[in-house]
Amino acid sequence: MSTLLRQETIRAGDPFMARIEAGQRCRLVDTEGNEAVDTFFFNANDSRERYSAVDTVRRQRNVYLSTGTELVSNEDRTMLTIVDDTCGRHDTLGGACAAESNTVRYAHDRKFMHSCRDNFLLALLNWNEDFSKRDLGPNINFFMNVPLSPDGQLRFADGISGPGKYVELVAAMDVLILISNCPQLNNPCSGFNPTPVEFLLWDA
Amino acid sequence: MPSNAFLLEERIPAGCHHAFLLKRGYALRLTDISGDGNVGLLAFNADERSERYNMADTLKAQHTHKLALGNVLYSDMGRPLLSIMGDSFGWHDTICGTTNGAMIEATYGAQDFQVARNDYYRNGRDGFLMELGRWGLGRRDLVPNANFFSTVTVDEAGNIALSEDSYQPGAWVELRAELNVLVLLTTAPHPLREGPTYPEGEIEAGVFWAGPASASDVCRSACGENQRGFENAEAWFALPEGGPKA
Repeated sequence: MSTLLRQETIRAGDPFMARIEAGQRCRLVDTEGNEAVDTFFFNANDSRERYSAVDTVRRQRNVYLSTGTELVSNEDRTMLTIVDDTCGRHDTLGGACAAESNTVRYAHDRKFMHSCRDNFLLALLNWNEDFSKRDLGPNINFFMNVPLSPDGQLRFADGISGPGKYVELVAAMDVLILISNCPQLNNPCSGFNPTPVEFLLWDA
Repeated sequence: MPSNAFLLEERIPAGCHHAFLLKRGYALRLTDISGDGNVGLLAFNADERSERYNMADTLKAQHTHKLALGNVLYSDMGRPLLSIMGDSFGWHDTICGTTNGAMIEATYGAQDFQVARNDYYRNGRDGFLMELGRWGLGRRDLVPNANFFSTVTVDEAGNIALSEDSYQPGAWVELRAELNVLVLLTTAPHPLREGPTYPEGEIEAGVFWAGPASASDVCRSACGENQRGFENAEAWFALPEGGPKA
């Protein structure tokens, strides 16, 4: 019987960071549906080791994340494994929104809208000032639908998640989880209406 | 671009690593002589090296997972670092990263320096780290690279595969610097390439003067996103040393 260690609501547009020990299980719940949850991981004992989107894709020979996906680090080691997924598919190639990329993607006047990278930087620097932008890399977008087509296209499509859908991960090493509950209002990644998500952590 | 006009030239053997510092307006032409080559590439703003090639921003700004003529390689700061001003190849990979020592040994067998001297089987990760180290950079700066001369297709279910279209002897690509750019290259094999024979072909690399992108440039005008990206790059140079030009 596993014990619930922690349960937190991450409000729309907020950052979140926490430590997860090896063997612990966490769940992210898309409480109201269609909410992109930008997520990144570090080895808690060596922050130079971090989640690697391309090594995860390369190892499983597939671009989408779901049950059974091993989240692989830049040292080619398994950091966590997705053990349950009621959504079905998650993105790891779309990255995080940022003030600068918003000017490119939408318009120069979107620069001052809130963004995931601002959340990431704030959470990292509050956690430990040794972190910097250099420590970031392409993240996971849980509950976000970014289909890649055989002719080479990539697009941000309407979500396939829904209220109460969740994903569960078991840590294979001690990790730091870094989350931005995505504030993007310019594309359908959060249904144009960012909503809260739930973080739960069990000892096993 | 005739090769006799190169200002700087290098032939890089398979498996090796190299760097070019390209000031804005210079371009790098890469040629895969044998057709079996792969060029892993990282790029940094040489004036502020925390700014670097960003795979995800490159893909989502241009709604693509392949790189070809007209695409640019975006930094994480909303500016193109390199633009693909010429390309005979058609589909360069962005989503597979590079090889490490264990992957190379699993695919090609063990062949270290003690046994093989300089024919030892080199890998992309070590090559990038040795090159990053030369420029005062490190593991934190080893982000997902682009792979030129390798085509990786994705099926409807998301499964990836290295395409036979990757084999194009003489294929070339031209990358123009839109900022002052530090380009790091590894010619180690693509991570999805099959063994058991380690590749042998050379990559020809030559630098020439291309000049700044014109108003009708194929990369600038490819989409509204790129037009704004070029405006962001030009803003980086809005405050020249010694004041504005008269």
